Amino acid sequence: MQRQNKLASFETAVLPHLDAAFNLARWLTRNDADAEDVVQEAYLRAFRFFGGFHGENGRAWLLEIVRNTSYTWMQRNRSPELNMPLDDEPREVEGDDLNPEELLLQKADAQTLRQAVEELPLEFREVLVLRELDEMSYKQIAAVADLPLGTVMSRLARARKRLQHILVGHAQTEVLS
Amino acid sequence: MSCQTTQEFIHAYVDGELDLAGSLEVEQHLQECQVCASAYRNQTALRSAFKDSSLYHPAPARLEKRIRSSLRREAKSELGRRSFGWRWLPIGVVATLVLLMALVIWRTLPGLRPPTDELLAQEIVSNHVRSLQLESHRTDVISSDQHTVKPWFDGKLDFAPPVKDFSSQGFPLVGGRLEYLNNRAVAALIHQRQKHYINLYIWPAEQSNATEVATKRQGYNLLHWTNSGMTYWAISDLNAVELHEFARLAQEAQ
Repeated sequence: MQRQNKLASFETAVLPHLDAAFNLARWLTRNDADAEDVVQEAYLRAFRFFGGFHGENGRAWLLEIVRNTSYTWMQRNRSPELNMPLDDEPREVEGDDLNPEELLLQKADAQTLRQAVEELPLEFREVLVLRELDEMSYKQIAAVADLPLGTVMSRLARARKRLQHILVGHAQTEVLS
Repeated sequence: MSCQTTQEFIHAYVDGELDLAGSLEVEQHLQECQVCASAYRNQTALRSAFKDSSLYHPAPARLEKRIRSSLRREAKSELGRRSFGWRWLPIGVVATLVLLMALVIWRTLPGLRPPTDELLAQEIVSNHVRSLQLESHRTDVISSDQHTVKPWFDGKLDFAPPVKDFSSQGFPLVGGRLEYLNNRAVAALIHQRQKHYINLYIWPAEQSNATEVATKRQGYNLLHWTNSGMTYWAISDLNAVELHEFARLAQEAQ
């Protein structure tokens, strides 16, 4: 039957990427329950659009839908994060004279790193998670996050810089307290 | 390659996104420049920190179940939509038009429409029956004290219903309840006659001074009157004589 066919091939092609979908939604919404709702909605949307999917990269295709669903969800829930537009002007690259950071970064435990990534603005979190956790190429990130390739690169650079500063800040307050 | 360009390209280099020529240039600069070399080490340290820490949020097991069942539902309804087909469309359009015309005729010819009181009486019977089915639904405020029941309605209604206890006449007040009838919030007062419950519904009248009307429906006696700007509907399984006696008490009390 047609219905069985569509459902079966959808489940084979898209369900294996459930972890990736949840991971992205969880990092964007920063909440387990919200991420579950977003992912469920994203899967329903994906199923409806499945006719337009022609067997390219199923994970990137799904993550694009998850990302859009997350943004719609945040809009609906008036997440304050959406009202903080990021300027994508390539800023001056700060001189990297932060030698001690190297040590701090090596010692950064999972908990500290997790917290630091959560503190990043939404747009930075997004590219960083796609790059570091999903290990996507710049091209794939550009497709998922709907960005020009050059912006992916500059955002990643700025996201990492910001992350380093947060980590150093955490380490300093730890020393002080 | 300058320091500034190098630091821009370091990320692409670390991410393996730089072409061969670019990579070679970056590598050469890193060998010559301590500052950029340290920036590079910072990036690789950050990358390995990501690799070592389990920042990945795997999906909880229940989510897959949830998604599978919602997909199944969606697939089913999609199939339903498809088999509905377009050939039924003209029939649907005609049916809708006929219904619309019937509605227009029904609305413009008042003679064809059941009188409002008729519909209201039906609504009141249902409400009364429902209030008896559930002990907890019978009263929102339980008190035989009219000075407790009356203030309870304050702020819940846009009018103040007259509340009186008729204990000495054998119709003690049991309590009050908020109801929604005739498209508005109304007060319901509950009185008792031995084992029989009487619901008295009160709201501001649209037309005043209609005479008392008695009807019987589904074994219940209904009495309807208006008095000093209020509409009253009393309903009970009590016999018509005693219900009338109750109505008289209520009317005199106002």
